[in-house]
Amino acid sequence: MLDGTTAEIRERQALRINPAKTCQPIGAMYAALGINGCMPHSHGSQGCCAYHRSHLTRHYKEPVAATTSSFTEGASVFGGLANLQQALENIFTIYKPKIVAVHTTCLSEVIGDDIPMIIERARREGKIKPDQLVMHTNTPSFVGSHVTGFSNQCASTIKYFSESSGETKNVVNLFPGWVEPADMREIKRMAKEMGIEFILFPDTSGVLDTGHTGHYEMYPAGGTTLEQIKAMGDSFQTIAMGPLASKAAAEELEKKCNVPSRLLELPIGLSNTDAFVNAMRLAGQVPVPASIEEERSRLIDMMSDMAQYMHDKKVAIFGDPDQVTALTQFLVEMDMKPVIAVTGTPGKAFEAKIKEICAEKCPEVEARAYSDVHFLHQWIKNNPVDLLIGNGFGKFVAKAEGNIPFVRFGFPIMDRVGHRAFSTIGYTGAMRLIEQITNAFFDYRDRNDPDEKIELVL
Amino acid sequence: MAVAVEKKPMRKVAIYGKGGIGKSTTTQNTVAALAEMGKKVMVVGCDPKADSTRLLLGGLAQRSVLDTLREEGEDVELDDIRSGGFCNSLCVESGGPEPGVGCAGRGIITSINMLEQLGAYDEENELDYVFYDVLGDVVCGGFAMPIREGKAEEIYIVCSGEMMAMYAANNICKGILKFAETGVVRLGGLICNSRNVDNEAQMIKKFAEKLGTQMIHFVPRDNDVQRAEINRKTVIEWNPEVKQAGEYRSLARAIDSNKLFVVPKPLTIPELEALLMEYGLFN
Repeated sequence: MLDGTTAEIRERQALRINPAKTCQPIGAMYAALGINGCMPHSHGSQGCCAYHRSHLTRHYKEPVAATTSSFTEGASVFGGLANLQQALENIFTIYKPKIVAVHTTCLSEVIGDDIPMIIERARREGKIKPDQLVMHTNTPSFVGSHVTGFSNQCASTIKYFSESSGETKNVVNLFPGWVEPADMREIKRMAKEMGIEFILFPDTSGVLDTGHTGHYEMYPAGGTTLEQIKAMGDSFQTIAMGPLASKAAAEELEKKCNVPSRLLELPIGLSNTDAFVNAMRLAGQVPVPASIEEERSRLIDMMSDMAQYMHDKKVAIFGDPDQVTALTQFLVEMDMKPVIAVTGTPGKAFEAKIKEICAEKCPEVEARAYSDVHFLHQWIKNNPVDLLIGNGFGKFVAKAEGNIPFVRFGFPIMDRVGHRAFSTIGYTGAMRLIEQITNAFFDYRDRNDPDEKIELVL
Repeated sequence: MAVAVEKKPMRKVAIYGKGGIGKSTTTQNTVAALAEMGKKVMVVGCDPKADSTRLLLGGLAQRSVLDTLREEGEDVELDDIRSGGFCNSLCVESGGPEPGVGCAGRGIITSINMLEQLGAYDEENELDYVFYDVLGDVVCGGFAMPIREGKAEEIYIVCSGEMMAMYAANNICKGILKFAETGVVRLGGLICNSRNVDNEAQMIKKFAEKLGTQMIHFVPRDNDVQRAEINRKTVIEWNPEVKQAGEYRSLARAIDSNKLFVVPKPLTIPELEALLMEYGLFN
């Protein structure tokens, strides 16, 4: 499919080919689904909402309910006030959510719809009742990426609902960043294992990985409750994971409710998980339990067992900044050489961070923010790699380059099922990453080695 | 057997200029003069205020395209949005959202597209002219709609010898230049709507020359215009005998016989300021 990609790289300014990012509202929708009983609402044309829902459904393999203001030509000229007011009235009457989380689209942003004013007017005119909660966040896709949308939704939720009662509680706030439902489960498991009381927000476990019960629940039992979100203002500390996804919300909470925050990389791989465990240990004033230490030792054992297959292997990686940064760190820890890291999300900090991580192991690393998969592909043509890591779109590059070993990691993955069920966070998650990476290498060999070289034992 | 009748193609004119300079007044009075000459003219008001046709219609009698769209949905008929005005002129108002909400630029795009779909420009209407009267500065792509894709082919800019009016005219020329590079739109001239500034006619003539165009007519200031407006009429309808009626007839004839259509050469700001200095505004 990508056989036509040429090796000659031309600097492009206005053109992205096979982008490594998507729309802000997708992130906002995902974060909103991490609130218990929440209906995400897209203020724009129907097509936006339909695409965002189906994109999430294809990745998480769960139905994603979201409503839309259904803009027509008229709404785009006269503004979306009437549409949103009618929508809110309908949503509370028909679908009965605990809260509606409105996010904007490019169209409503460009025409400048004033969402808080519209919500306020709907309230004043009695179209929504006092106990029917509505919040909003601004998500223009011509700024940032889907990660920005996730971050905006999280920060706006805090801004709307977190409150300080004046009494500080012995609770830690955990912002997990944009990770899978399974990852959120893993963060909760580790926090429980350490005996620390916490509130995780957002929490899509139990929402986007529910079991089959035989009947459809529009609002599954999972998700951070509004009471918990409110109470986050009384916690004594916030641990925010993934700077791009979580920093804004942590800062908002610090500003609004004086809850001090610690910003960490996503706990992917050995040292990033160490940093998470250490931050939890210090916050909770607890020793690290033996069970967690044992998990760590099992990871170290697997890393050393597999070291011979990892050593100096050249890796190309693309995806969202928080994920790519954390995973690149782990690749270096496994003695691999991350030779190129690409994200579609704008922000020069990404490039500096990748270079810093690779300074010793691979100082020549090519780090690109606001780039695309086409650039990555062209670069690989000039500098062949042993392994490609990225979201589902990477398979076309892997295939065009002779089916090089490829590990799916990140968002979206629409052609596999494991990502939402099995975590890649923490020590055990890191073990799963090693399994996936070595499997990719071994499968490649089994597939391509001539008969006389096929090994039973690898 | 049908015989092909040679018919002059419809001329598509857009009037631009600084806000408050008198675009709507000048347009309607000129259209009245053209209509009086026997021309079939349609005026399309491209201003959310929807006041571009009130003199031709004798009041704000027109329901705008967008109001009709809002109230009746997309099933709109031409007669719902087009009214007959003075001397068989046809009047349409785009209209738009209330101030501060929505997107007026998109409104103009919507309404011109709708007029095209409804066949307002079709040959059977036998139009000699369509005039687009566009609000103030071209602030976004929507207000450039009349000069995009060959919708209007000749532009007249209403200006005066006041500095800001000339700045605005120069800016509009930049817009025309952009569309002229790839399209058919050309500048037909400057209409000087006098504000009794010193050396006004000479300065605008010189300005027009530097832009590569002409001052197509100098419309003197005359309170008869205001008197006619109070009576919701164009000057020609209100009192065809007054001197100002003759001025608008001259302007209409000049436009009707105009052959000078150019791609403008906008001035740099220092050039424009030098011109103002030379003609004494900065004394």
